[in-house]
Amino acid sequence: MSAAFHLAARYVLRHRIQSALLAGALGLVFALPLCLRVLIEHAQQELRARAAATPQIVGTRGSALDLMMTALYFKRENLTPLPFDALAELRRTKSATAIPLHLRYQAQGAPIVGTELEYFTFRGLKLAAGKQLSRLGDCVVGSSAAKQRNLQPGGHVFSSPEQAFDMAGVYPLKMRITGILAPNGTPDDEAIFVDLKTTWLIEGRSHGHDDLKKDDSVILKKEDGNIVGNAAVRMFNEVTDANLASFHFHGDIATYPISAVIALPNDAKAEALLAGQFARSKDKQLIRPRDEMESLLAQLVRLEGFAASALLLTATAALFVTALVFALSFRLRQREFATLEDVGVSRLSLITVKVLEILFVGVAAVGFGLLLLLLASEVAPHLLRWAL
Amino acid sequence: MSDLSGLNVTDLHFAYSGEGFRVQVPRLNVSGGKALALAGPSGAGKSTLLRLFTGLLTPNAGKICLGSTQIDLLNHEQRRAFRLKHIGLVFQDFALLDYLTVTENILLPHQFRGDVGTSARAKMHELTERLHIDQYVNKRVSQLSQGERQRVAVARALVHEPQFVFADEPTASLDPARGRIVVDMLLEDARQRGACLVMVTHDPNLLPMFDQTVRMEDFATA
Repeated sequence: MSAAFHLAARYVLRHRIQSALLAGALGLVFALPLCLRVLIEHAQQELRARAAATPQIVGTRGSALDLMMTALYFKRENLTPLPFDALAELRRTKSATAIPLHLRYQAQGAPIVGTELEYFTFRGLKLAAGKQLSRLGDCVVGSSAAKQRNLQPGGHVFSSPEQAFDMAGVYPLKMRITGILAPNGTPDDEAIFVDLKTTWLIEGRSHGHDDLKKDDSVILKKEDGNIVGNAAVRMFNEVTDANLASFHFHGDIATYPISAVIALPNDAKAEALLAGQFARSKDKQLIRPRDEMESLLAQLVRLEGFAASALLLTATAALFVTALVFALSFRLRQREFATLEDVGVSRLSLITVKVLEILFVGVAAVGFGLLLLLLASEVAPHLLRWAL
Repeated sequence: MSDLSGLNVTDLHFAYSGEGFRVQVPRLNVSGGKALALAGPSGAGKSTLLRLFTGLLTPNAGKICLGSTQIDLLNHEQRRAFRLKHIGLVFQDFALLDYLTVTENILLPHQFRGDVGTSARAKMHELTERLHIDQYVNKRVSQLSQGERQRVAVARALVHEPQFVFADEPTASLDPARGRIVVDMLLEDARQRGACLVMVTHDPNLLPMFDQTVRMEDFATA
């Protein structure tokens, strides 16, 4: 046995590149369906957990899937905005706690989530450093977003313009970082949170500028008690303690846009009542993320079935090809085996040599496959976050 | 105890099935410590005779005794075990394993017998020195020249000190000087240990070195 082991090991080592390629190919085709399963299982768990933790979402009528993915994963799906009044309307029912979400802007590639402090309590988000939002223009950064961009409390981050060459578009706002959130393994880690009003400030619905009453040279005209400034008026792109008072809103706040509202019904009855109420609405919809996610996952599982069948077929083909490779290799080495037999090596020993060679490649393939599986389970959380 | 001193062949008859070729050896004796040269033209049946003597082929009739063992009466597994223990073979094409080193190739019979000990290694060193291949012992045989490979094949045939050594043209790839060294060594080894050497050769210059010479023409072949 030891002589056969030695001979087989020497042959495999001598042809290590070919053996490694064969083992790698085998390991890959057999590990792929398992890796796929690991990735999908992890994705399912994470998607289900996030959906289950969010009882109801209200948005404008349209794609329920887009609404869910936007509200849960801060995707920019260009949802038709809800008027801010919808939030008040929901609160007036006294059936649920309502948390607004404004999800249109980004800062250095991270989504800016405009919301209220209740969101942090609802998601169980804790501060790892710094303080909570205290005034207009403040932001709190998710752990991963802060780490990737090296952001610290006391620092600043600019909101990104929607279009680089749109001079008349949204102007970047310099936001003060007041705190960094502790990691919680959800998309909240990747986001930058601001007060809802700050998102309206980024949107241009509110602004701050020099006091027109103090400098006549910047006044264009005065009519009906309103003062209109000229182009020389200095607009503020940062909220500071000194200029905070100059910031003001124009128009009716009730019509200001929000992307969605997370509804946390008081009880099962309230949940059913809200569902019924929004079912009758022509312009709004209420979705249960848990149900939407299940139907999405059902599609995913069906697709996985197809993919797994295809991969299994590939694996079977690979197995046949490997068997052929070994058969051809042994045939090419017929003279070598005949010599060993002539010298006096038993047939059993020769069979052992062949079996051991196959076993070595097989063990290497299993090892490689396990490595891939380990890698898949390591990257699964990041992969999902990246894919979404 | 078996008498493993010589080769005795009586009324040997062999023919390949479906072919006209046949070989007949009425009587052939090679005593222990003696060397026999088998000479003759190509295709005369020299290699076939070696295969018969080593039990790789079974005669149609007659007896082949290696010492007290009538090899043609043994089954496949018994012949294999006998070869591994008592026979040293030098093949025309060396039949070395390219992926093994010189040491590993030489010790192969010992390895499959499970007795790679100090004495086997000492014998290997002695043989490699005498055959001038001691500087290559850790090299793979694929890195050696034809002549060096042939000498490795000779060392492998002798390392387990077999009672019977059968060599099929072991000097074919060697220059005359190296060829003579190899034949000298085979003869000296056989005489020292009282082993029986049968060697196939084309080279008439080597024939006087042997105790006995048999020309294939002496046997009835067709």
